[in-house]
Amino acid sequence: MDRLETGRRGEDAAAAYLERIGMTVVDRNWRCPSGEVDVVFLDGNTLVLCEVKTRSTDAKGTPEEAVTPQKQRRIARLAKAYLADAGAEPCSVRFDVISIRVLAEDRALLRHHRNAFTVDS
Amino acid sequence: MAQATVYAATIAGVEALPVEVQADVSSGLPGFGIVGLGDTAVLEARDRVRSAVRAAGFDFPNARVLVNLAPAPLRKHGTGFDLPIALAILTATRQIPAALTQSATAVGELALDGTVRPVAGTLAYALAAARSGHELIGPTATLGAACAVEGLACRSLDALQDLRRGALGSAPLCSSGTPAPNVPDLCEVSGHAAARRALEIAAAGGHNLLMVGPPGSGKTLLARRLPGILPALDERERLETALVHSVAGLDESAVLAGVRPFRAPHHTCSVAGLAGGGSPPWPGEMSLAHNGVLFLDELPEFSPSALQTLRQPMEDGSLTLVRAEGRVRYPARFTLIAAMNPCPCGYLGDPERPCRCADGAVRRYITRIGGPLMDRMDLVVRVDRIDPDLLIAARPGESSSKVRTRVLTTRDFAAGRGGLAASLGGAELLSACRMRKRTSAEFTRTARSQHFSGRAVTRTLRVARTIADLDGAIAVDSSHLAEAVGYRGLEAQWAG
Repeated sequence: MDRLETGRRGEDAAAAYLERIGMTVVDRNWRCPSGEVDVVFLDGNTLVLCEVKTRSTDAKGTPEEAVTPQKQRRIARLAKAYLADAGAEPCSVRFDVISIRVLAEDRALLRHHRNAFTVDS
Repeated sequence: MAQATVYAATIAGVEALPVEVQADVSSGLPGFGIVGLGDTAVLEARDRVRSAVRAAGFDFPNARVLVNLAPAPLRKHGTGFDLPIALAILTATRQIPAALTQSATAVGELALDGTVRPVAGTLAYALAAARSGHELIGPTATLGAACAVEGLACRSLDALQDLRRGALGSAPLCSSGTPAPNVPDLCEVSGHAAARRALEIAAAGGHNLLMVGPPGSGKTLLARRLPGILPALDERERLETALVHSVAGLDESAVLAGVRPFRAPHHTCSVAGLAGGGSPPWPGEMSLAHNGVLFLDELPEFSPSALQTLRQPMEDGSLTLVRAEGRVRYPARFTLIAAMNPCPCGYLGDPERPCRCADGAVRRYITRIGGPLMDRMDLVVRVDRIDPDLLIAARPGESSSKVRTRVLTTRDFAAGRGGLAASLGGAELLSACRMRKRTSAEFTRTARSQHFSGRAVTRTLRVARTIADLDGAIAVDSSHLAEAVGYRGLEAQWAG
């Protein structure tokens, strides 16, 4: 299973998890010229942009460590583009991170970080 | 969506300038920004405030939080903004009532667990709050000093958690007169009649004193006993001096109890250490010695540039630092007590031990001090090695309390005839001296023959005036002048 395949399966698993806990997934792999948002969902009235990180080994650190400050800023930029594009009503916005550590072919550990970061200036 | 304003202050020099902390919480991308020229410590408040607010059991808004520190062009320093920022955010999100902070100046640093920590400069903040007609909100630990400010209401807040009860603590008890720390007593010094006399004159008139003598002769011993014979600080001086100590983050309780500061910086002290400086600017040793004593041991070992910074405050009683971010003025009216060896080896002029210094070394050593500074030394006195017989017989000298009584009487007398000699100048000084024609003619001759500068003439007259005050004499006569001239300059000490 290559890296792209791992990532795709991770995103599927994350979306399935979110549906199961009662969230409404509104977008997957939303793209624009400056990048991609893995999953967008609604938690009540809050629009959540979620980054999904899947790793099959901890050799390069945990999945959530890969969401560096640079990446956070990129996601924040994407958020503005997304809100403009989707023409969303004014609502509160949140950034989550879901980290998935693959343990075996059919087993993985999923962690959901709500409000994982904010955009401080 | 929601806005709130809480009042704070930032330190500039020894003054706290009022600052408005405005918080705006609105929908949008979640984030926390602080604008308004804060330094790194102010910007780091974001992380402390966020953690402290959550730890105290409040909600940190998941929204766009913008904090503005107004007036925006003024540079803001330090961690004292943590508390007002947290209060502004909690007020904006209606988690605490606005009435709580409406007419208050808040200052305090936040720990991650919500505890409010003290910051330096409480007294300055207290004065700023009193000027704005506010009460002061801060941790109990610092409010003790704030009691020195009359008519100021204090409210204590030791942890953000306490806000959940919806009320602040009332004013803490005033730190009632901390016992004066033990100042060494003059009775422990035997002999040294000339130096003791000079010390008494210095104390009575606020004159500068330079003690010259071989190593181990007792110069430091004598200097450390000067605060013990000085009068206690009066009300105004207490506040002035405590303010400098407070801003520098030092304990101001001794000063508030009336004890004059005694500062003895090491001779490796830098220019900034002596005069103040840095970013943000901090008061230096000269300002910490305000209304007290600055003791410079091994005077020629100080860097010449550091020594030259003494000149302006010695004339003006204050110094002004001019930096890129503005100018700050620090008070610095101190009595300078300096000590030095007569030469690098230390034994020049000693009756028994020969001086081993090379030709020219002595002159180089002395010239490090520089003429202008030397000219400002009112009293120069030799402190010789004391005879072992005298030391071992150890007849105790006169006690500090006796000398102090004389000093106080003299100061009262001086106040009665028009003010301390050290504060008089020009025509005022001349009329205060009430010299006879013959006496002043004699003094003119002496001044001319010894090539006195204008400043030297003024300073000698001031010392003579103080010596006359010690005698309780209305007029300065020739014996007073002769003694004063005898204290003038290093050369006078080697003539005899």
